[in-house]
Amino acid sequence: MKSIFVYCEVENQKVADISQELLSTGKKLAVKLGCQLEAMVFGSQLDKIENQVSPFGVDKIYIADNKSLEPYRTLPHASLTTHLLKKEDPQIVLFGATSVGRDLAPRIASALNCGLTADTTILDIGNHFVKKEKKEYQNLLYAIRPAFGGSIMANIINWDQHPQMATVREGVMKKEVFDNNYKSEIVEVDVNSIVDEKDFVVKIIERHIEESDVNLKEAPIIVAGGYGVGSKENFELLEELAELLGGEVGGSRAAVDAGFIDHDRQIGQTGTTVRPKLYIAAGISGAIQHTAGMQDASMIISINNDPEAPINSLADYVIQGDLEVVIPKMIKFYKANAK
Amino acid sequence: MRPLKIVVLIKQVPDTRHVGPDAMKPDGTVNRGKLDTVFNPDDLHALELALNLKDRIPETEVTVMTMGPRRAADIIRDSLYRGADNGIMISDKRFGGADTLATSYTLVKAIEKLPSYDIIMGGRQAIDGDTAQVGPQCAEKLGIPQITYVEEVLSITNDGVIAKRRLSKGVETVSSPIPCLMTVHGASPACRSKEAKRVMKYKYARTNSEIRRNDEFIIALHSKRPYLTIPEWGVEDIGADESKIGLSGSPTKVKSVESVVLTASEAKVLSESDTDIEGMIKELIEHHTIG
Repeated sequence: MKSIFVYCEVENQKVADISQELLSTGKKLAVKLGCQLEAMVFGSQLDKIENQVSPFGVDKIYIADNKSLEPYRTLPHASLTTHLLKKEDPQIVLFGATSVGRDLAPRIASALNCGLTADTTILDIGNHFVKKEKKEYQNLLYAIRPAFGGSIMANIINWDQHPQMATVREGVMKKEVFDNNYKSEIVEVDVNSIVDEKDFVVKIIERHIEESDVNLKEAPIIVAGGYGVGSKENFELLEELAELLGGEVGGSRAAVDAGFIDHDRQIGQTGTTVRPKLYIAAGISGAIQHTAGMQDASMIISINNDPEAPINSLADYVIQGDLEVVIPKMIKFYKANAK
Repeated sequence: MRPLKIVVLIKQVPDTRHVGPDAMKPDGTVNRGKLDTVFNPDDLHALELALNLKDRIPETEVTVMTMGPRRAADIIRDSLYRGADNGIMISDKRFGGADTLATSYTLVKAIEKLPSYDIIMGGRQAIDGDTAQVGPQCAEKLGIPQITYVEEVLSITNDGVIAKRRLSKGVETVSSPIPCLMTVHGASPACRSKEAKRVMKYKYARTNSEIRRNDEFIIALHSKRPYLTIPEWGVEDIGADESKIGLSGSPTKVKSVESVVLTASEAKVLSESDTDIEGMIKELIEHHTIG
């Protein structure tokens, strides 16, 4: 049976979180299908990089180690990926829905003339009956993603133009080590025989990657504000509570658009997807655009003046009141009761 | 710098940013009739970037191109009002149901019909699908480099273009030869407004299929001012292979859609009183939710 391939992003000798998430999900699909999981890692100075990849249960790792491959540029990575996929002919290929994956995957899909589903949040395996052909296709990839601003979940399939490809949203799937002692076969890719001089016409002149200290994805507690918070000053209340509880502050798109909070703290369909232990939503009405990114929180507290706010239907606690009153009280009673 | 030929790929989309409760039918499918259509926001940013280059390089020509149903000519007129020089409509029932692969094939067949081009632009992504795929797919098919997520063009000369890219965790400045394709990020400047003079000039711009056969006023006007006729290309005009367009050219198919229902759980409803809030905090501490 044909393999599942994962394109791994790597920078400064570190395999990106999203790629570890993809490998974990890829392994589950591979177990279901009874096929091999294979990874592509292209970068520079990749000595021992397999140690970060193998534990996810990867059977074969293609490593292209060359100075010209890092930082990522579209054309050389596209040439390598296209070459390998044509040669190895996998059934499924997964990419991260990141700045890199969303730049690379469509270029590959066009070159291979195959389908690509963007921004999936659920991947599964299943069958599909094609009426026109009176034929049941088995073991297809179900690439499930939110669409129309998050108001629907669409299951996208592709039965006739392989491979089946998808990009997967960051932070949605769990990282799970399969076996710390898993042994992978390593295949060194001969970069110079595949990548052409013309692949280097685009040059990187300058690059600033912020090692952002905002880590919403990992935060156990998030205090998020919406347009209803009213001002940047009121957001300081949220920050105080978040800091006290050991959490992070987030915001809805409306709060970001209003300039109350930085863009890198946006939660929702177009921001970060989070699943904290506790999510406190202050002045957030709960448009689907927002709830799509936080509805998996274990516990949700909604603070809102509007008893009809849609977010209340998701909440475990609904506090009907003014956040300028409620949050200082939460701070006060936490300080009084915490051990 | 010699004048450029810029093609801006634009799309009319349902306004998914304002999805109301009636936007979904009871069976979970989208009630498109309840959604307004808008000029895809990122595409307006792309148009602005193209017009900005036109400001910088005299004689540059900006052509907007869209694939869509007849009513999508609205965004071509909108572009003409804002400063585009020409618009091209790609419309044919057989193009319907296209996924990104079939869309990029169709757009590229149309682009290849143009006498020449230097830069292809488009928004980073469209709000109806958020896929961000059509740009890179067109670049691959045209065999040209792509610069995705462009926020600003820092310089443009005969040697090429230098652009700043907005990445999820930072920025990157790259150079690329021309021709190339750029997808434009929403962090770039917003599009300039319509100009009253241009609205006057182009308000009767129509595609042929928009013109009713008995509308003598429009017909006479168009024969006097040919620039008002927006070219409209179908399958045969662009020489497209029917197996590669529309639904049949689309490998991805929708198996099913489910509307997202907010799960109703029994919430504890509290007031802002001391008793209620202290009670809740104590429960959270007791259950080790906070601690």
